Amino acid sequence: MSRYKMSLDKNILVKLKDAGFRQNNKWLVKGVSLVVEKGKIVTLIGPNGSGKSTTAKIALGIYKKIDGEVEKYTNKVGYVPQKVSIDWTLPLRVSDFMVLTENIKDDAINEALSLTGVEHLKNKNLGNLSGGEFQRVLLARAISKKPELLVLDEPVQGVDFTGEIALYELIKKISEELNCGILLISHDLHTVMSATDHVVCLNGHVCCSGSPIDVAKNKEYKVLFGEQASQTLSIYEHRHDHVHSHEGDIKKN
Amino acid sequence: MFDDFFIRALIAGIGVAFVTGPLGCFVVWRRLSYFGDTLAHSALLGVTIAYSFELNIAVAVFIISSVIALILIQLQKKTNLPGDALLGLLAHSSLAVGLVVIGFLTFIRFDIMGLLFGDILAVTIDDLLIIWIGGGLILLVLKLIWKPLFASTVNYELAEAEGLNPDRAKAIFTILMAAIIAISIKMVGLLLITGMLIIPAAMARNISDNPKKMIIFSIIGGLLSVIIGLFSSLEFNSPSGPSIITASLILFILSLLKIKQSIHLKN
Repeated sequence: MSRYKMSLDKNILVKLKDAGFRQNNKWLVKGVSLVVEKGKIVTLIGPNGSGKSTTAKIALGIYKKIDGEVEKYTNKVGYVPQKVSIDWTLPLRVSDFMVLTENIKDDAINEALSLTGVEHLKNKNLGNLSGGEFQRVLLARAISKKPELLVLDEPVQGVDFTGEIALYELIKKISEELNCGILLISHDLHTVMSATDHVVCLNGHVCCSGSPIDVAKNKEYKVLFGEQASQTLSIYEHRHDHVHSHEGDIKKN
Repeated sequence: MFDDFFIRALIAGIGVAFVTGPLGCFVVWRRLSYFGDTLAHSALLGVTIAYSFELNIAVAVFIISSVIALILIQLQKKTNLPGDALLGLLAHSSLAVGLVVIGFLTFIRFDIMGLLFGDILAVTIDDLLIIWIGGGLILLVLKLIWKPLFASTVNYELAEAEGLNPDRAKAIFTILMAAIIAISIKMVGLLLITGMLIIPAAMARNISDNPKKMIIFSIIGGLLSVIIGLFSSLEFNSPSGPSIITASLILFILSLLKIKQSIHLKN
């Protein structure tokens, strides 16, 4: 691990070393070590309350009084939080929201909105969007900044099934095009398995981590996610081979 | 035509309205109206200190309001009391202490009504300078912290995650609140300053669909309130602060018609 770190140091965007966070004397998560590198997708999985969002917030520097260490090597960050509530007292259109943390050219705004399929909502009031539409706007805002590090906390929640697949494909494409590192939190094990470079399985601490296949074979993972996950794994292994060769074909063409 | 004092009051009021417009929007968005009230109540203490030590009223009020804001932040960190209880505690105790101190300062004649409700007769050339220079500085600082302040108003974690330092913006905004209260106390009076902040902004919310528009309408609403309020104050010999606030209330009621209209159109 340390040799690896030395040789690829330039590519590291954020590094957590034995990081943990305590609130009201209760550990939300502890002992998390992970590295997000340029062009790589790291996914956090785990049951509710296992500390996925907390880990993301530690990596982002939102939580400051933490245990352990967090080193962030970039300031170009795009974040899709798990929960965003927009107050009705604040009149806000999608176009206002897009430039919330950084002034972005109109072309880039349009491009990002059309990538996530919501260009037509640009002048709509944010409070009038449906859950899925809002989620697409959140993702568009995060990618329009052309960030080096993207942190996506359940980015497709509330999005319809076909949209979900398209958005995950988009996320993968973005990580390749922008060469940005992505820290992804997802419930969808299929996606996790097919689009991820590194999986960290959390349950208040790091249960297991490694490549998707390694994690899926791990006993603790099976205990945590049960029979269904094992089935997902078998489906996945089958699908993975297929998708993989299919992609290879396209690349050859 | 007009007496000189009236022109001074008008120029002062217009200066105040330019600043309360945008600040008032943030007060509404960030739900700080009771916070503004607390700072305004503590202003009375500032006024007594100004008289005792022969300081400029605006300067003394600014200092005391800032101190009260700092105490509030400390109390929020160190106690388990809810925010509104702490605000009430500070608002009424600083008002009470201010009134007690006034009782001791028997050698000075206080125009309590003027302090509480504003007094256009009291606006001097110095006050005009303080309002316009101080107000200009407040707007300049607000422009500088706009991005982090606005972003964290929408969503704190987004602003923090994407490197905007919202805590610093919030601290600076607190100081700006103390400053606007300091420069507008003579015009509107300490009991009504929060009204001057909130009512034009609330009116603007009713007729705006984006934040910039809301700020512009809030400024326009404030300007109209000051002009209408001061003219009626002159006409009916009513106190200036209440006249201005009443004018802004009428504008607010008119803005409700626009809401009804747009609901009607939707149906």
